[in-house]
Amino acid sequence: MVAVQETVERVKRIDVDQYRYGFETLIDSEKAPKGLSEEIVKFISQKKNEPAWMLQWRLEAYRRWLTMTEPTWARVDYPKIDFQDLYYYAAPKPKKTVTSLDEINPEILKTYEKLGIPLREVAMLEGVEPKPGEEDPARRKIAVDAVFDSVSVATTFKAELKKAGVIFMPISEAIREHPELVQKYLGSVVPTSDNFYATLNSAVFSDGSFVYVPPGVRCPMELSTYFRINERNTGQFERTLIIADKGSYVSYLEGCTAPQRDENQLHAAVVELVAHDDAEIKYSTVQNWYPGNSEGKGGIYNFVTKRGDCRGNRSKISWTQVETGSAITWKYPSCILRGDNSSGEFYSIAISNGFQQVDSGTKMIHLGKNTSSRIISKGIAAGKSQNTYRGLVTAHRKATGARNFTACDSLLIGDKCGAHTVPYIEAKNSSATFEHEATTSKISEDVLFYCIQRGLSQEEAVGLVVNGFVKQVLQKLPMEFAVEAQKLISISLDGSVG
Amino acid sequence: MALLEIRHLHVGVEDREVLRGLDLNVNAGEVHAIMGPNGSGKSTLSHVIAGKPGYEITRGQILFRGENLLRMEPNERAAKGVFLAFQYPVEIPGVTTMNFLRAALNAQRKARGQQEFSTPEFLKRVRQVAGSLNIPQDMLKRGVNVGFSGGEKKRNEILQMALVEPSLCILDEIDSGLDIDALRIVASGINALRAPERAMIIITHYRRLLDHIVPDVVHVMSKGRIMKSGGKELALELEASGYAQFEHAA
Repeated sequence: MVAVQETVERVKRIDVDQYRYGFETLIDSEKAPKGLSEEIVKFISQKKNEPAWMLQWRLEAYRRWLTMTEPTWARVDYPKIDFQDLYYYAAPKPKKTVTSLDEINPEILKTYEKLGIPLREVAMLEGVEPKPGEEDPARRKIAVDAVFDSVSVATTFKAELKKAGVIFMPISEAIREHPELVQKYLGSVVPTSDNFYATLNSAVFSDGSFVYVPPGVRCPMELSTYFRINERNTGQFERTLIIADKGSYVSYLEGCTAPQRDENQLHAAVVELVAHDDAEIKYSTVQNWYPGNSEGKGGIYNFVTKRGDCRGNRSKISWTQVETGSAITWKYPSCILRGDNSSGEFYSIAISNGFQQVDSGTKMIHLGKNTSSRIISKGIAAGKSQNTYRGLVTAHRKATGARNFTACDSLLIGDKCGAHTVPYIEAKNSSATFEHEATTSKISEDVLFYCIQRGLSQEEAVGLVVNGFVKQVLQKLPMEFAVEAQKLISISLDGSVG
Repeated sequence: MALLEIRHLHVGVEDREVLRGLDLNVNAGEVHAIMGPNGSGKSTLSHVIAGKPGYEITRGQILFRGENLLRMEPNERAAKGVFLAFQYPVEIPGVTTMNFLRAALNAQRKARGQQEFSTPEFLKRVRQVAGSLNIPQDMLKRGVNVGFSGGEKKRNEILQMALVEPSLCILDEIDSGLDIDALRIVASGINALRAPERAMIIITHYRRLLDHIVPDVVHVMSKGRIMKSGGKELALELEASGYAQFEHAA
């Protein structure tokens, strides 16, 4: 049989049910009744002991949400979501306040162990190889703020971060402990009225991370959060807010896995980043949520709003994402280049297999003078999946000297999948320079045969070619993540060939 | 026992019969040249030995050290020692030549139950072989064949061949697109690999290559069959009289 035909056959038989992270943790959870109403919003706010202003903020968002309709412009197709049939709050029952890892429910720790997530004091992700000629890799520390369902259960490295003046805590705590910062920045990048899902999130967000890096501070470690959706039918509404004050630097890693489900689970997160003068934020994501089974049933619906505001001059925000999971992905991490000479970057690998649908990309909004942006997007479609890059690059009238470079490459494996590129480009002043390149290619039979003739198996050959295709983006990830991501890419394409 | 034994091989591509009862025996230590006009089935033969998909084998067999080669996956054949130097080596962007060489070598060693090479061992071997083929280090850091000239691509094929140390080397028009200097380098690389335990099949249109790599046996192929076999002087004869005489021999 011809290699590509064979690939297609195998894809048809692909069994995504072998999803590695499909297991449930048996712990009691406390959840709000199904459905959404002002009472539920109040319930959530009350559960979290929130101040009155926070409840007010949520209620305003909720009322606004009632007037909005779901967006339909994305190239994704899914049955109508019944928002009254979802739970909006679930929390593991806290026995008591935890002060150390030993006190955490062992079931929860076991879950993390299965995921291979290190919660221990020196958290080093596996698989880091020393470079030739070097000693052991500098054992870089990673602070893990573990979000289990909706409540953060452990935060490590707090003390060291505190010494540096960095605030890294669950946003529910930040609302109580640093209300002035939260009030000043929350919703300042993604306003409560922004879009259907962001508004919903504003009304019911459960928890998430809060980071504040004071002026001139280089955050002493990578900050990392692992999200995990565990409660059946629980909408996940994470809210993350990261502020880098003048001249500071922070790198934030987000990694996700979710257990297997029959029902579709809705996930609508909001991430807001604010970079002041000369500050830099690097935000990296590896997402491998349950993509659905071989018939396209189940899987996560992922409607995310991620936006960074380069508020200060010479500020920089960089998004790097590796997306391999979810049944539906609707996600456009964006940069508002407000400060003069600010710059934004978007590096993305989006892999779809089986029946997955991805509509993802970025927006680069040039408002300040001499702002620059760079977009490198690599889409890989296999199986019967649809993979769309949707991007907007726009230069305001006053954004003189704005520059953008965009390269969108798509790789197709088999002939039942689709890749689409939808770029929107708007320049409202004549000094803007925008470059756009796009390519679509197939893994050719000849390339596969060449590799296989040299001794590689079919999977190894596909893995090699795909990793070559995405290399430019992988290099942008922090080292620990790059190794993980590379493995993940191979796992995601397992079954796309023999 | 011959290293490679092909018996009455019939092969079709899209309902067209390309090989029509081909017989060939190649012993270890021998260099065979296969010459013939375009469309005579030379490249098909090399692809079928290596296991390229898309060909239908209707009759006959191929034995390699007495084992049925046609039952093996192409990567198993590679691990058993079958190497094909491609007429048109493909480009693999983003995968450095060095990484590719290492992945290929280690995959074969693993399949044979041998230990993978350590990084320093591997680098030493590559540098040694690359040096003898005039392959600069920076070429090894570039994507496989990406932006390589015709000569560089062919030298890269010989580099791979030298590293995996196959028992049967099939060289499909290794001379095409080479100028005389590049031809000399490639030929001396090939000659350096001649060994009593190794056999080679050299497929070419032109006698020129055989001035540099002197074959033990020359075969003339036409219409999917070997029409005549002889010593190296057969190549000279061919050059004088052309292929036409053999096309009617059957």
